[in-house]
Amino acid sequence: MDKVRLQREAAFIRSSLLDQGYLDEQFIQLEELQDNDNPNFVEEVVTLFYTDSARLIYNIDQALLSNPTDFTKLDDYMHQFKGSCSSIGAKKVKNECNGFGEYCEAQNYDGCFRTFQQIKQEYINLKKKLETYFQPSYDHIYAYYLISPYDLMR
Amino acid sequence: MAAAADVFIQRLPEVSARELHVLAVDDSHVDRKVIERLLKISSCKVTVVDSGTRALQYLGLDGGEKNSSIDFDSMKVNLIMTDYSMPGMTGFELLKKIKESSIFREIPVVVMSSENILTRIDSCLEEGAEEFLLKPVKLSDVKRVTDFIMRGEGMKGGKRSQKRRRSVDCIPSLTTELSPLSPSTLASKKSKL
Repeated sequence: MDKVRLQREAAFIRSSLLDQGYLDEQFIQLEELQDNDNPNFVEEVVTLFYTDSARLIYNIDQALLSNPTDFTKLDDYMHQFKGSCSSIGAKKVKNECNGFGEYCEAQNYDGCFRTFQQIKQEYINLKKKLETYFQPSYDHIYAYYLISPYDLMR
Repeated sequence: MAAAADVFIQRLPEVSARELHVLAVDDSHVDRKVIERLLKISSCKVTVVDSGTRALQYLGLDGGEKNSSIDFDSMKVNLIMTDYSMPGMTGFELLKKIKESSIFREIPVVVMSSENILTRIDSCLEEGAEEFLLKPVKLSDVKRVTDFIMRGEGMKGGKRSQKRRRSVDCIPSLTTELSPLSPSTLASKKSKL
């Protein structure tokens, strides 16, 4: 019974993430690639995304600390990061990246810096929500509702 | 099904009756994992590499040891799917190298990119790419591409499929030149996107 409850919570989190635009159609496409032989495919891809993109986040942080700012390099890293976001269906994070690209092109350091803090925030936010979805547990669900009181009101 | 397989062997001796062998090239770890899964679901044998250089090495085209006679059968690739934007050698450069090779130019090459840039698409198609797919690549895209290759039909409309039909009568000549794409063929490819 507990398991059923947790599964229901996980399903709710999933719909919520899709409805609120944190995830898009690509996430659903990935889910359709799962089967009995590969039941954790989406979780594996998402885990890979977070492990792999940590490197890119670090590179961007470092590039933002360098003087003078290498906007070409920044744009390049962001292009790679955005591509990965797109591949897992991380819609909100991906959209934040567009803003960063525009500031890069305008060589606007402050814009880049500010936008990147927002990107990191969304990135971490999504990670926590997805962790709750993939490994629902009472602790996680409780933490999830704490993070997003808005969802409690739906 | 067995009869179809026999006919298949006669038409395209280089394609295994059972499954396509696809070489996928992408510098993104996430994308490599996804494309591998898409291809496996589409019943393909998959080899995944992370750069154009490694792709050429795998094919034996890197100008190093020429191992074209050894292990050629086990490495026989029926389709190459490559990302466009890669550090070092881009997918476009890889495409050119493959089409310049007398041994490998017949292998269809599909280019994938997250950017919908018409000039980019045009150059790839003009350079001989079979198709240009927008990322994130869907299962329906992969199935369409692999189905076409398995059936032995080209995707390039009139002239290309004629070329493929000729292969029913004889083994495709390696010296047969690709006819330049007519403007209408290019337009029909663009409209697909």
